[in-house]
Order: sequence, then structure tokens, then C-alpha cells
Amino acid sequence: MDSPTVAVHEGAHHEHPSYQRHHFVTMDQQRESASFGMWLFLLTEIMFFGGMFTAYLIYRNWYYPAFVAGSHTLSIVLGTTNTAVLITSSFTMAMGVWCAETRKRSGLILSILLTLVLGLVFLGIKSVEYHEKWVQHHVPGLRFDAMTFVHPKAEPGQPVEPGLPLDMAQHTEIYFSLYFAMTGMHALHMIIGMGLLIFMLIKAVQGAYDEGNIAFVENFGLYWHFVDIVWIFLFPLLYLISRHQ
Amino acid sequence: MSSIVSLPDQTTARIPKRNYITNENGIMSWLLTGDHKRIAILYLISITFFFFIGGALAGLIRLELLTPQSDLMAADTYNKVFSMHGIIMIFLFLVPSVPATLGNFLIPIMIGAKDLAFPKINLLSWYLYLAGGALTLWAMISGGVDTGWTFTVPLSTHYLNTNVVTTGLAIFIAGFASIFTGLNFIVTIHRMRAPGMTWFKLPLFVWSNYAASILMVLGTPVLAITLVLVVLERTIGIGVFDPSKGGDPILFQHLFWFYSHPAVYIMILPGMGVISEVISTFSRKRVFGYSAVAFSSVAIAVFGFFVWEHHMFIMGVSNYSTLVFSFLTMLVAVPSAIKIFNWAFTLYKGSITFETPMLYAFGFMGLFTIGGLTGVFLGSSGTDIHLTETYFIVAHFHFVMVGGMLMAFLAGIHFWWPKMTGRMYPEKISQLAAVVTFIGFNFTFFPQFLLGMLGMPRRYAAYPPEFQVLNVFSTAGATILGVGYLLPMIYLVWSLKYGKIAGANPWQATGLEWQIQSPPLTENFVEIPVVTQEAYDYEWLDRQKEREVTQVG
Repeated sequence: MDSPTVAVHEGAHHEHPSYQRHHFVTMDQQRESASFGMWLFLLTEIMFFGGMFTAYLIYRNWYYPAFVAGSHTLSIVLGTTNTAVLITSSFTMAMGVWCAETRKRSGLILSILLTLVLGLVFLGIKSVEYHEKWVQHHVPGLRFDAMTFVHPKAEPGQPVEPGLPLDMAQHTEIYFSLYFAMTGMHALHMIIGMGLLIFMLIKAVQGAYDEGNIAFVENFGLYWHFVDIVWIFLFPLLYLISRHQ
Repeated sequence: MSSIVSLPDQTTARIPKRNYITNENGIMSWLLTGDHKRIAILYLISITFFFFIGGALAGLIRLELLTPQSDLMAADTYNKVFSMHGIIMIFLFLVPSVPATLGNFLIPIMIGAKDLAFPKINLLSWYLYLAGGALTLWAMISGGVDTGWTFTVPLSTHYLNTNVVTTGLAIFIAGFASIFTGLNFIVTIHRMRAPGMTWFKLPLFVWSNYAASILMVLGTPVLAITLVLVVLERTIGIGVFDPSKGGDPILFQHLFWFYSHPAVYIMILPGMGVISEVISTFSRKRVFGYSAVAFSSVAIAVFGFFVWEHHMFIMGVSNYSTLVFSFLTMLVAVPSAIKIFNWAFTLYKGSITFETPMLYAFGFMGLFTIGGLTGVFLGSSGTDIHLTETYFIVAHFHFVMVGGMLMAFLAGIHFWWPKMTGRMYPEKISQLAAVVTFIGFNFTFFPQFLLGMLGMPRRYAAYPPEFQVLNVFSTAGATILGVGYLLPMIYLVWSLKYGKIAGANPWQATGLEWQIQSPPLTENFVEIPVVTQEAYDYEWLDRQKEREVTQVG
């Protein structure tokens, strides 16, 4: 045939690993598709969080004093600890991907376990913070009282912060709404991620990643790092507003 | 009239024994399938179901508007009916209509792949769609929702006691169905093209679905988070959209229309892809200005993200931003016009034949042009203030969505019906249906332009008596339109058993999907094709046929 439109593709006769799906011509194609799909999914996640970041941007400009006051009620120690915990968990996850690539099963299992534990620590600290907000009547809608911002109580060892005018004090509710919506969505992503981690742990123990079929581990790694990066943005935006004042 | 249809000899022709429908049997083989063609069929059945529910609600609306008083139903029932009509038609019919059915079926075949990149995610998308649809139906049955399809705050969060939360969650879930479809398409088109299938050999249907997929992937998540915030606002009162707490309802509008304007292009772009294929096939010419049409799809997708504020001109946004967005809105008309002009030039000196898909395509070109041009009225901030929230806007988007998109959908369904089922639809009655649809459509919606110009507001069950004549016209037209939509439903089902055997390429079309058997094999291609020809190369097709003849001879 001089202009072959339907010709045998050259690659069709190669030996394929058992985990190559039937509709992919080569293993490279399968791997690239999976990772491209994951990046694209992360892009949708950026847009998802983007809606809340937009709201944050606008309201922070409008109600800056309320955002400062709200931010100062967060514990910078707990927030920093959590940041450290999450970055470390990203490291252990990256180790996990490396172990999977180099086919070290026990290393992979250990990394997944560590990531899981660190994730749990993060959520534990987060729940302590949430509980504190509940006690302080800082939960918008359900249990909120702006009066602590009009008449701030003196913390032992710290100068009394000046009170806000009543209407600005009430706008701290917007700050806390965004705080809970953003960190809540982030925590939800952590919980989903930890579910996947447990799934991956079981598969790893069964040896599912020993043969080089590690697309799931790699792509989950991307997801975990993404969740980490979201926090890297959330931490300064929510905890560190005008801390030098 | 001449015809390009060439069917195999009906006395000897058979549907190929092995194809994607007969490959496996049993209900589970469908419900757990990874085959993009089967998922497309599942989607087709489900969206048709929702289309007829939405259509029945439209019928109720038109019946109520037959008389000036609110007599068929109470005003708040009417609110629920038009809300549900909008929600079902937009989120459960128009958004998935072409991509999830025809796109699902055809994109892998058109690019020479065996399946979409992620078959399981494709199936998951259908289940999410079903879950969203079921929740929507539940919301409708258990009392309905009367926010309009726009969920406008603070109406939806503070003033209504209907199923806003259920419906919001339903749309949230259905949104992920759409995200996954778009994601699958983009990855597939980037990574799964057959050897030799370069970007500029892709059929324009693939380009337009690619552009729509970009919108789905980038826009839908914003709607998702917006609906989450609405639900949180409604259930626990977080205050982000509540003016009494310092929140801003306009922010909701920005976030909502940031998705919902691009959503308009999610709906129309795949339809434009269908029209490109149909026009080329039935005028036997390569689409004029192929790359201009291809890039105009992408341009629509890009511009589509920067015009959302034209839905908000009367909502108290700044005059300066109104100016900017008004200008940007005019810009988006350019790529749409490029398409229309290029289709017209494709027809010019083509060998045009008038099979049913072509009739629908002509309907699309005319009605979409009217819909688009009236959009210019609404995009100009001055006239918009007079026309917005009137029946003018209702007529405008129905011209684009029903006159445009639904025509394109029907064109595509007829065009690829032989490929999907292996059988032809009955030609004469389907031509009749296309004409009936066109006439019924104009009767229904043209009077609404006049009503809007005269000042009849949308979304009311009652109206002043002087508007009755035009409303009676509109309702009468809706009856004709209803017949126009029922006909294909009946004869297409009929044709599944009694239609003529279509053979591989009844239209003598050039796409890869026409070079394989109909219905296709589960794996689409016996051997992955190597593509050397350009898209829409009819001479190449003739050479292929000659060679077949000489080889067989």
C-alpha cells in the first residue's frame, strides 16, 4: 500500500507489562496520561479553592481591622507546629514515592505510615484549635459573639489590644467564616487523602507496587503535596496578618 | 433532490455480529462497563429522560402563560416549575448533552484511540450524573425549589423555605460528572492521538469539545465552591453572602457567573463542533478556514472567562467595570461570527444535499445567529438595562440554547445514529421533524422577543392582559415544538429494529469513525490507524474507494 491509512502500528508487538491497560499503546503513554490527568485535576482544585481565596481577598480589603483582630486570636504556636508537621509529611510522602520507584517495599510502607501519622497529628492539632474557637464563641453562625472584639480581655503578660468599633467587630464573623471554610475544606482534603493513604498502605503490604506499577503512588504524592501547598498559603493568610503590631 | 446516502444492498447486508453492543450481554455488562461507547449510550438514555422531564415542565410553563391570570397553578408553584425547568435543562441536559453522549462516543474514535484515557472515571462520571439527577428529582418531588436556576442569594439563603440545600448538593455532584468528562477529554486528546494524527488533522468536533473541556475543568470547580458556600450560608449562616453580617451578595453573583457564563459556552461549543462536521459532509467540502474555526473555539473558551459580569449590569456593579465587560462581551461575538461565516463559505459552491442532519444544521445557523445578535443588545450596557429580566432575555438564550444547541444535538444524533446503532433513521419523517421543530421553535420564541421589548418581565405566573395574544402564539408554538421533539424519540426507537442497515459509511464522510464498521467493535480499531490524510479530505476518500474496488476486483 502506498499511502497506508490502516497499517499495523510498530509498537503493537512489544511485550507489555501485565498492568498496562488495553487501550494504551505503550506504558509511557499510560504513565503520561495518568500524570497529566492528575495535574489537570489539581488545576480544578486550584479553581475550587480559588473561589474562597477571592472572597478572602475582597473581605480582607474591606474589613482589614476585623481580619487583624480575628487573626490575632489564632494560636501562632499551633499554626506553626502544624505547618512543620505538614511539610514533614510531604517529605515522608516524597520518600514514599522514591521508595516505590526504587521498589523498596518496607521503605514505602514505613513512609506511608509516617505520612498517615503526621496527617493525624495535623488533624488533631486542628481539632484542638477548632475546639478553642468553639469555647471562645468564635464559630460563625452556630456560636458567635463579637463582643470579645469590642472589649478585648487582657491576656496575662501581653498588652491589651484596643477594641474595635461594634460594626467592625461584627465583621470578624466574616473572617472566621473564611477561616472555617478554608481550613475546613483543607481538612476535608486531608481526610480524603488519609483514606487513600490507608488504601495505599493495604496495597503496599500486599506488594502491589513491587512490579513498577506505581502510577497511583506517584499521583497520590502529587495530591498530597498539593494539599500541603494549600496550607502553605492558608497559614500566612489566616494566622500571620499584621503580627508585628 | 439528490442524495449522498449510499447504503449497502439491503438484501444481503447484516449488522456485524461482533460489535460493542453484542460484545457482552447482561445488565451488569452495561452498568460496570469501561467502554466509552456504552457509557455514551447510558448517558444518552439518561439525558433524554431528563430532557423530557424538563420539557414537560416547559409545557406547564407555557400552559400557565396561556392566560394572563395565574390560574393553572399558584404563583409559588409556577416559581418551582420554571426553576426546575431551568435546573434540569441546564445542568442535566444541555451541559452533558453533546460532550457526554456524542463526544464520549466519538472523540476516541476520531483521534484513533481505543478508549478514553480513564474509562473508570468516565463511568464514575455517569454515576455522579445519575446521583445528581436523582437528588434533583428528589428535591422536585419533596416540595421543589423556587430560586430560579441561579440560586440567587439572599433569596436562596434567607427568604425561601424550599429544597435549596438538596438541589445545591445535586448540582455540586452533577458538576463533578462534568469535570471528569472534561478532564478525560483533555487528557485523551493530548495523549492518545493515533500516529500521524496531528492537532491540525483533528476533526473540528474534537477541537470544539477540547475547548469546552477547558471550560468544564476550570469553571465547574468555582460553581462547586460557590454552592458549598450557599449551603453553609443556608444551614449554619456563615455570613459570607449575608449583607447583615458584612457579606456581599454581589460576590455570590461574581462567583456564580464566573462559572455560569462559561457554562453557556460549555453548552454551545460542542454543538458547534457537530455543525462543522455536518456542514462539511453534506456540502462535500473541507471546512473553509479550518484553522480559523479551530482557533475560534479556543478563543471562545478564553474570552468566555472574561465576560461574566454582563449578567450583573443591573446589580449595582461599578459603571467602569460595566464598560469594560460590555466591551469584552462584544469581543466574544467575533469568534462566533468567524464560525458562522466559515460555515457559510463552506456551503459556497459545495455540493449541498438536504439530509436531516443538514436541515438541523441550517436551523442551527439561522437561529444561533439571531440568538447571538440579540446577545449584542444585551451585552450593550444601555439596552441591557431596558431588556434584562424581560422575556427578551428568555427569547435570547432559548434561541442560543434550544435553537442553537438542541438543533445541533439533534443534528449530531441523526448524523451519527447509523454509526451508533448500525441502522438508518427513516429519512422522510425525520426531515419532517426537523422542519416542524424549526417552525415550532420560531413560533414559540420569536413572540417572546416582542414581549420583552414591550416590557413583559420573566419569572411571573401572571401578566397584563395586553400581552396575551403574543403569549398564545408562544404557547401554540410550544405545542408544535413538542411534536417536533417527540417525533425523533419515536422514530429513532423504531429504527433500532426496523431501520435500514447503514453500513460503515452511509454519508461518504471522511472522519476516522466512518472508516470502521457500524456499530464499532469494542476496541474501535482492529489495528491502530496511521493517519496521513488531512481532515475533510474528500479526494482521499475517493482514492480509498477506488483502491478498494480495484483490490476486490
